[in-house]
Amino acid sequence: MLDSSIVIIDYNMGNLRSVQKAFEKLGENAVISKDCDVIRNASKVVLPGVGAFRDGMRNLEALGLIEVLNQVVIQEKKTFLGICLGMQLISRKSCEHGETDGLSWVDAEVVEFDFASQEKKLKVPHTGWNNISYKKQDVLFQNVLENSDLYFVHSYYFQTNENIVTSTTNYGGEFVSSVTKENIYAVQFHPEKSQSVGLRVLKNFINIEIN
Amino acid sequence: MLKHRVIPCVLLKNWQLVKSIKYDSFRTIGHPISTVRVYNSRNVDELIVLDIDASIDEVINTEIITDIANECFMPLTIGGGIKSIADIYKVLEAGADKIAINSKAIDDPSFIKEAVTIFGSQCVICSIDVKKINGAYKVFNKSKGVLNICPVALAKKYQAYGAGEILLTSVDHEGLAKGYDISLIKLFRGELNIPIILNGGMGHPSHAVEAIANGADAIAAAYIFHFSQFTPEDIKQEMKKHGIAVRITKMC
Repeated sequence: MLDSSIVIIDYNMGNLRSVQKAFEKLGENAVISKDCDVIRNASKVVLPGVGAFRDGMRNLEALGLIEVLNQVVIQEKKTFLGICLGMQLISRKSCEHGETDGLSWVDAEVVEFDFASQEKKLKVPHTGWNNISYKKQDVLFQNVLENSDLYFVHSYYFQTNENIVTSTTNYGGEFVSSVTKENIYAVQFHPEKSQSVGLRVLKNFINIEIN
Repeated sequence: MLKHRVIPCVLLKNWQLVKSIKYDSFRTIGHPISTVRVYNSRNVDELIVLDIDASIDEVINTEIITDIANECFMPLTIGGGIKSIADIYKVLEAGADKIAINSKAIDDPSFIKEAVTIFGSQCVICSIDVKKINGAYKVFNKSKGVLNICPVALAKKYQAYGAGEILLTSVDHEGLAKGYDISLIKLFRGELNIPIILNGGMGHPSHAVEAIANGADAIAAAYIFHFSQFTPEDIKQEMKKHGIAVRITKMC
């Protein structure tokens, strides 16, 4: 039987507790777990993550989580939120520390910010508060003003040709800051670290009605 | 557009937040949890907490880090006493988003590379304390004293090993509230590709404007938030007035 909880996937990639306490602040019970049964029983799945792509995939694999994630997100279509590394992991591949395959849920690749050829060499990682411009209306951004600042920390970004981009952000050019594809929501910024605006985004995720 | 950050940088000692002058003569500024709550409500952009006891006793107080993290819905950096990958796991599990390394990075710069490979560059801040000795800037370390190392060279080395940011503190200016060490930040201008958080000396919002104008990417401070009438919002409004991009929170 499904319970109404949100599960935060525990794959040893940092900042899980930050995400959990943001949900707690919103009055929502979120469980941190790597237990396949707990993941299968949850109604919504959150994949946060701070760290390197290759380690992220390796950890998911070593913990036997790839199969269960495919099952709940792709087959059962449970509402999913990928945050930062968790967004990047849904891509086909990343070139971080050598090419690594991702979960391949969307047709996307993760590439490094490279300003070497540009006159103004922007700093990498892209660290700090930056504003999002909307590309599509999305339930995650209900009651969030356009151009709100959210907190980013990343050296790699997500590139996709699929029509799933809901917002972009400018850092030496536009990059994808969020995508939505059916039940899959993913954001490059850290809502759990973006104070009131970020909490609003998470509240919107909580409010998404499940079938 | 990326905003310039205003970051309180406070020291933790005996379970209290303290403010020092030139890293000495500590003065209690309050209980960590209530202070963090206030910072959070005032929409500061990040928070850096350096645990002085941990850097001396080498015991990391995860209990207090957890308590701080529970009140902190903004990026939290914890520094002090981090000597191993296990320490980093411990601090991140307690709720920190980034870690600041100082002594360990001086002793063993390859540790930065190891940490970055596991946690990513964005997680690793290298903290460099600087003192001016006979007109030349030298790296300073709380337990080792003044070292004959050029801070710019050290920062470049940290960058090469993958550090995500540099927290640059002028010990001479720290706690005096007379402004940042502008000749120090000028020395770094154009030298690094990673952000520099300049720390030490802000006493007035105009000091923040001066620091950014001279090359700092972000500014850290403590004194101004506790011993002056200026709020983080005042500082940001002053920066905005001078054409500096800052985050001013608006909700619908």
